[in-house]
Amino acid sequence: MLQVITADGDFDPKLVPDLSDEDLLKIHRFMLTVRRLNEKGMSLQRQGRLGFFMESTGQEACQIGAAYALSAQDWALPSYRDPGMCLVRGVPLATLLDQLMANSADESKGRSLPTHWSFRKWNVVSLSSPIGSKLLHAVGIAYAAKYKRDKLVCFTSMGEGATSQGEFHAAMNFAGVYRAPVVFFCENNQYAISLPARRQTASESFAIKAEAYGFEGVQVDGNDVLAVYKAVRSAVDKARSGGGPTLIEAVTYRMGGHSSSDDPSVYRNDEEVEMWKRRDPIARFTAYLTRKGILTESAVQKQSEEIDAYISRTVKERETVKPPAPSTLFTDVYSEMPWNLQEEAEEFMAEEGRE
Amino acid sequence: MPMLNLVQSVNETLRTEMRRNADVVLLGEDIGKDGGVFRATAGLLNEFGPERVMDTPIAEDGIIGTAIGMALYGLEPVVEIQFLDFIYPGFNQIVSELAKIRYRSGGGYPAHVVIRAPYGGGIKGALYHSQSTEAYFTHTPGLYVVTPSTPADTMGLLRTAIRGSDPVMFLEPKRVYRTSKEEVPADEDFTIPFGKARVVYEGTGVTLVSWGAMVHTCKAAAEMAAKENISVELIDMRTLMPFDLETVLGSVRKTGRVVIAHEATKVSGFGGEIAAQIAERAIDSLRAPIVRLGGFDTPFPYALENRYLPSPERVLRSIRKAASY
Repeated sequence: MLQVITADGDFDPKLVPDLSDEDLLKIHRFMLTVRRLNEKGMSLQRQGRLGFFMESTGQEACQIGAAYALSAQDWALPSYRDPGMCLVRGVPLATLLDQLMANSADESKGRSLPTHWSFRKWNVVSLSSPIGSKLLHAVGIAYAAKYKRDKLVCFTSMGEGATSQGEFHAAMNFAGVYRAPVVFFCENNQYAISLPARRQTASESFAIKAEAYGFEGVQVDGNDVLAVYKAVRSAVDKARSGGGPTLIEAVTYRMGGHSSSDDPSVYRNDEEVEMWKRRDPIARFTAYLTRKGILTESAVQKQSEEIDAYISRTVKERETVKPPAPSTLFTDVYSEMPWNLQEEAEEFMAEEGRE
Repeated sequence: MPMLNLVQSVNETLRTEMRRNADVVLLGEDIGKDGGVFRATAGLLNEFGPERVMDTPIAEDGIIGTAIGMALYGLEPVVEIQFLDFIYPGFNQIVSELAKIRYRSGGGYPAHVVIRAPYGGGIKGALYHSQSTEAYFTHTPGLYVVTPSTPADTMGLLRTAIRGSDPVMFLEPKRVYRTSKEEVPADEDFTIPFGKARVVYEGTGVTLVSWGAMVHTCKAAAEMAAKENISVELIDMRTLMPFDLETVLGSVRKTGRVVIAHEATKVSGFGGEIAAQIAERAIDSLRAPIVRLGGFDTPFPYALENRYLPSPERVLRSIRKAASY
């Protein structure tokens, strides 16, 4: 398993990827932002200000390290547990919140469940809730880009549960057969809702599955942001230069529940959670940057407060945005409304008008 | 005006559209060297190469899911599913992804994929090479469902499907792939809009509504009825989503009697939708109860296929029932 920084911030200088101090600090700030956003998201859900939320605390190194390795022209199909990937791609916090709040400013017009991203401008592709189905879209996008001679890579992430789906097999197989420039990123966070990873597969790892499809599988410490960055960067470079797909398994832990509707205490014990707390990706990266002399604990404290204030301010601002207009119920089903839909829309709008 | 049978018409349309637009690509099982098991793509690999005519591994989810990705990036994939009966591994991709991605992305990510699939019985194919399951797809908003019955309609409708921007289930009546040839327009811009039925025979006594290969069975039945002095107006729906209710209602208001005949199993078949629409909007014009004739509500059999499929005689009995009420 690839590891650059150990749990206490120690590191092997030969393995450290080539990133400037500025990049390192940006990565750290992104990680902090996702952590604070997760806390805020759960709290807003508990207060009834968000209908639903999916937490990704513990997986900040996966999200930020992976997305940081992509270029702007690359396409990304993140999972619902990857808000950090959207932020790194350039999606403003306000835009992300519009999606979570399903308001009229949301690009998806409030149609999708919170955390089901779709941000066209940033090449973040719309995702559905059935697990594993988007992996094939990544293969198709990568194939199409190659067909059009565009030098881009398609990146997609999934949880380890997705590897059990037939569509995972089809996607891996098609990617291998067509040598598509695609990077599959599996965040093995140890649980698919309640099912532990060891019961998801009898394989010795998730990364090893790539071998059967004729390409490389790599396992990395998913709580080590530099290891994640390094592995994804190398897979992206390989895909861009015509070397085909890679499957990366990032070993991490989902600190919270599956969603705001889940109670993880039903299926796992506190000792396990405590053990993973000691491997916290942000604490580890903070220790590394402190040791490097470019960050201090008090600076982290100050940044966290700034980020909290920024998130709270933006939440309040986005909460003033109106919900989607009723007429948007009927649009975008087809490019043009067929007569039956037009009839329903007219009847509905006439009733709305009377009320 | 070239003379083509229905499968040649598919082939010719794909060829002309691929020549016209380099973004049109084909994916499917055995569509390359083999030209497809029905030869619908014969010769296309030679002309357009393996990047555009992709022989795929056997995985309908893989084919359709990959095509969706290609469409998201701006290609215009036309998928061949070898038999409609084999489409179900890809059903999740059609229902959860293809049909919904435009809507759920607020219009940001439309995916224009055309899925061609031979369907229907009559080729001694038993349970898994014979079914007519168009209603699974008409029940999913976001999809167009097209069911041509003639070579010329196939050309005009397939061209509309490929030049459009919405997902299309293009269901080809394989029983009549090669049964007859007809002149098709030589004009390479010949298209037929979706949602316009074709009146095959004008008549005054009974409206007979059908689509796909059943149109040919209904033609035979209408001719038999004429000998009994029952004047049948035969309507070929051509597309089920959107469906041309206006033409159906216009005819029913004239005849007051209607038979809806399809190969698909009767319960929850699309005939039920047409019947309900007639009942909702033209019940006052009806002089007889609506008659529905479908395949039996069983899986599709092998040895007794010809007894299972609605025959011209059974359609005729339904016509008589409506006419004599």
